[in-house]
Parts: sequence; C-alpha cells; structure tokens
Amino acid sequence: MVTAVLSLGGIGLLSAVALGVAAKRFAVEVDPRELALLELLPGVNCGACGFAGCSGYARALVKGEVPPDLCPPGGNDVAVKLANILGVTATLSEPQVAVVFCQGDNRKTKTKFRYLGMADCVAAQRLADGPKLCPGGCLGLGSCERACPFGAIEMTADGLAVISRELCTGCRKCVAACPRQVIRMIPLSATVQVLCNSHDSGTLVRKYCSIGCIACQICVKTAPEAYRVDERLAVVISNQYDEAVPAVAKCPTHCIRDFHDGYPEGSSFSPPRPNAA
Amino acid sequence: MAMFLTTFPGGLHPPELKLTARQPVEACPLPDQLVVPLSQHIGAPAIACVTVGQKVGKGEVIAQAKGFVSVPVHAPTSGEVVALEPRPHPQGRFLPAVVIRPDGADTWVDSLVPADPATLSVEDMVERIRAAGVVGMGGATFPTHVKLTPPVDKPISTLLINGVECEPYLTSDHRLMLEEPARLLAGIALVRRILGADRVVIGIEANKPDAIALLTEKCAGLDIEVVPLAVKYPQGSEKQLIQALNGREVPSGGLPMDVGVVVQNVATLAAVADAVIEGKPLIERICTVTGPAVTSPKNLRIRIGTPLSHLVGICGGMRDVPGKIILGGPMMGMAQLSLEVPATKGTSGVLLLRTADVSFAPEGPCIRCARCVHGCPVRLAPTTIAACVRLERFADAEQWHAMDCIECGSCSYICPAGLPLVQAIRHAKATILARRRR
Repeated sequence: MVTAVLSLGGIGLLSAVALGVAAKRFAVEVDPRELALLELLPGVNCGACGFAGCSGYARALVKGEVPPDLCPPGGNDVAVKLANILGVTATLSEPQVAVVFCQGDNRKTKTKFRYLGMADCVAAQRLADGPKLCPGGCLGLGSCERACPFGAIEMTADGLAVISRELCTGCRKCVAACPRQVIRMIPLSATVQVLCNSHDSGTLVRKYCSIGCIACQICVKTAPEAYRVDERLAVVISNQYDEAVPAVAKCPTHCIRDFHDGYPEGSSFSPPRPNAA
Repeated sequence: MAMFLTTFPGGLHPPELKLTARQPVEACPLPDQLVVPLSQHIGAPAIACVTVGQKVGKGEVIAQAKGFVSVPVHAPTSGEVVALEPRPHPQGRFLPAVVIRPDGADTWVDSLVPADPATLSVEDMVERIRAAGVVGMGGATFPTHVKLTPPVDKPISTLLINGVECEPYLTSDHRLMLEEPARLLAGIALVRRILGADRVVIGIEANKPDAIALLTEKCAGLDIEVVPLAVKYPQGSEKQLIQALNGREVPSGGLPMDVGVVVQNVATLAAVADAVIEGKPLIERICTVTGPAVTSPKNLRIRIGTPLSHLVGICGGMRDVPGKIILGGPMMGMAQLSLEVPATKGTSGVLLLRTADVSFAPEGPCIRCARCVHGCPVRLAPTTIAACVRLERFADAEQWHAMDCIECGSCSYICPAGLPLVQAIRHAKATILARRRR
C-alpha cells in the first residue's frame, strides 16, 4: 500500500515538475492586449467581423490589420473600448438591425402548392421557387431562426419570421441564410418601414396577399417627403421616419409598420420601448 | 426463369399499374394552341428566331440552339405564331415559349431533305440529329448529338438500348416497341454505325413478354441481343442498366462512356431514324395519359407543346379532382401546378392521381430501419446524407457520395417515416455544386 502511494505520488510529482518546466519553456507569447481585447469582445463567434471567431478578430486587431468597429454585436460601446486599448479612434456608426420585409404569413398569403418537404427555406425555394405565390415573401420554414446565434428571431404560429429589434445585434447571419433576400439591414432609428418585398403589380399582389404593397401611392400622397415608390414597391426615405408616421394608418393593406406600435401579428415579442427604437 | 434474370443490386418493386399496356397508340387531335417552350432539353435554352404574327410550316425551326449542349426547337404544326412570352413550364416556373395557333392544314415546311443514310458520313448523320432537335426521350432530355460524339479517348464498344420502362403506369416505350419496331431498328442501325459499337443489346423488363418476343424475332440475324431483365425499379436508369446488361459499374462521378457504353432510349432511336433518313425534326412523341383520376387512360401520339388539359380532354376528362398531376412516372416525374403546362420532348407520360392516392402524412422520426440503404441502387446511405443535410454539413454529405445519387426516389418511396430523403440529397447536390462554382 505504501509502495503504491509512493510510486503513484512520485509519478505525479515528476509529471507536475515536467509540466511546470514545459509551461515556462514552451510558453506561447501572447500580446496581453490581445487577451484584453478578447475579454471585451462578446464571445459569440458569430463571424460578422469576417473572422472565424472573436479570437481571430482580436489577433488581427493587435496586428493593426483591421479597424476596431467591425463587431456589430458589440456595437459602439465595444468599439470605443477596443479603440482605447489599441490607442486609436473608433469611427462610430449607427447600430443596424435586421428586419423581415414581409408580413404575409400563411393565413395572409396564398400558396402555389402544398409543400410537404424539408423544413428548410433554401430547399423549398429550389422546388419551383418555393410554395408561396409571392416571389419575394417569407417562406416561413425558419432557416433564419436556426441561423441566428442570439435567439433574436421567432417563427409565428402562421409561419412568419419576426426579428426582435432589442435582441438583434446586426450580425447579418439571417441575411445570408434567407434564400429570398427578404431580410435586410436597416438603421435602428428607422422605425417606420414598408414591410413588403414584392415588386409585382398591385393587381397581382392583391391576388395572393392581403398585406402586401400594391403601389397605390396613397403613402406618397399623404407624406410626399417620406415615401417614394421604387419598381412598384413603396419605400420609406432615409431619416424621414417621423414624417412617415401619418401614412401608416392610411395604407389600405396595412403593409407599413411603425415599430413603436409593436411587431407584426402573431409575434410574441413585446413592442420595443420608445428609447430602444 | 424469372429468378435468374439479370439485374443490379438494390432497387425495389412498386406496383406496376400499367393500365394502358394493351391500348394501341392513338393520334391526338391538334389543340387550339400549342405552347412550345424554348427550354426542353438539358443545357442552354434555345433562342427564338420567329416573330409574333409570323406564319410557320410544320417542322420549321422556331428557335436556334445556343452552344454545343443545346438543340433547336421546331414548329409542331403549321400555323401562326401568336405569342412569344413566358408561359407555365413543367419546371414550375414561367419560362419563354413560342405559342402557335395551328391553321389546321398541318403542312410540312418544304425544306425537309430526305437522305439515303448509306451515303452520309458519321458527321453528317450527327449533324442531322442535332438539327432535328433530338434529345433523350426517356425523360432526361440530354441532347442526343452530344452523347453520340464521345471524346476520341473513350472508344464505345457497346450500345445499350433502353426499352425497360420501369416506372409504374407508363407504357409509351412498350407501345413503341410493339407498333413501330421498324423505326426502332432503323435508328439502332444508324447509331451503331455512328458509334462503331460491336455489341448491341436491347434490355426489356420481363413484364413486357410481347415486346421481347417481337423484337427477338425482328432482330434475328442482325447481331442484336434482346435481353429480358428482372422487373425492378430503377432498372431503366442508365447506370443500373449498364450494370445489369454489361456487368460493369460506372465509376463514381463517371459517365457511361467511361466503361465504353452509350445508352439510348427506344423513343430516341426512333426519332434518330426520322431525323437522319427523312430529315424530320422531333415534333411529336408517344405519351401515356393515365392514372386513377383519368376517365379513359390512353397512349397518345402527341405534338410537342400540347397543353396537358387538351390531353386529358381527349382521354375523356377527369373522373375526380386530381390530387396530384405528374409529368412522367410516379417515381421520378415532376409534380405540376396546373394542367396549363405543355407536354415537351421529355414527356413520356401524364399521370393524374386522386387525392386519395396521395400521401399527405407528415414526416416522422427516422427509425433506423435501413430500408433506404437496402433499396438504394447506387448503394448510398440516404438517411445518413439526409442527416448531414439537416445539420448543414454539406462537406460531410459529399464524403458520403451525395453526388452519386441518381435521384430515383427509391429511398423516399420505401421510407416508413416518410422522410423527404431525395429532396434532402438533391438539396445537398445543388449546394455542393454551388459551392464548387464559387
């Protein structure tokens, strides 16, 4: 018994010494600033900066290869802190959020055929351009929801993706996951948006969707400084969001959304607080 | 005898349901409008060379081929071009088509040049086939002239004739073999000369004994073997047919010419005979209009571009609201959005199922029964590839040889959990190809 304790203890002691020596002798030199930067980064490894993970970005930052404002989840706060450590100035930019430019869930939009395949938007889009009659609308199979590292996307019971403006960090993973480019980035201050992605004519849109833009120009007539119609689809002109509000109630198909009033129907997200938006 | 018929490993035997096997081919009257899509073949779509209002003769070129892997498209009858616009296409999209209103005279264009094949060189014959717009009529619609010009380092020793017709319901190839053996044999002789093939084998599933007997008799003394094959799906798939008839497996990622073989469908060979000898373009084909929702299923000789609604009308209309409209057979055919789409060069059949015949069961969990693995004629593990796809691990799917899938649908058919296995593998193939291009 004593022999066993001694021999095992001895092996342990020897190994500890060997490891200790190795740790000193073969230590990898890490710039302390890199560790400090890594500490500041959100650590979700979303890849929005263009690197495989936060550590890659931290390494590139220390080498001075990239600016400190590439981390959308960190936002301006993190950019400033990173810049302070590196001794540079960060260019501050307005935070961006992703928005699904569609409110046509399965009850509001008609389909071409009954889809019984894989629950994957890209796979569904490859089958005759997807089951929805609308060529631009949300397919509702949740590819963006699965791509989101922050749990900021929910699928409503009727199959519509809704993105929380509070949880979204602007990493753009959902933008890449969507086969129909119905998710786009907008500044957080853009509180009024025309949530439709169909450039079809109004007559056609009316045939398949009850909440799509029919390019009737009523919003343009109500608030000419805030709206224009591009290729049969109304858009809100940048920075004219307050001016755009009066037209929200006038839209005959209710496709203009003021995010102060809450999210599209069926969403469980609570309306964004005025100061958050 | 049946036990020892040659075949390939894997596969399965769905109900044959050949309702129209004994129905002689009937000529289908011309519809009011023919919608001729410019994309009826694999490869670049043809480019229209007619204008709205132009009068065209039967067989006149209405669209020119674009590039080598492409074929021209011809007017299926004489008449007037009334529109040149996107129309519903069997692929489920609106694609450009030439719409022709028949004048009823059905007069051939006078530029057709019959020829004596004995005086034609191999190159001349291949050019006549290309100019006639001949494509693989078994359903894949690959331009035939491309298949007939293999690279010089791939000598072709064997010509296999595909008279298998393993899809349930379809009988168009069966009827062609029974009713027009002379056209078929003329086509075989021409293609044999073009390829310089020593061995010619016609493979026919053993459920068509009349066709086997007839062709055996007609081929006597012509150095053409007629081989009955086990009744098993997908026996008519090119690579599986080669395995059954030639005992050789086409290597992963390879083509039949890698094992010295070219496979041609019987309907294609008949079209080749018309093209080379008579100079006639491919403007008609035999099509089986069938299924439990059709009042009187028939084999029809149809013009390319005939809307499906017209075909169904000729067959006495529908006896029930269709639950599914399929172009081709039930295993590999393409579901259609409406009867507005036209029949194309690859339309071997139109199948109308009732709602009661279609399974709408949602997919369940995989129970690891491995029926898909046993059924796969390429010996893949469909459930594993589908799992990789679900996890978006497309590189892993490629390692599991997703690219070798022939999309025969055996795995989806046999899966007791109703998993969309073929869709998952097709999705993997498309994604892998897209990533390679990047």
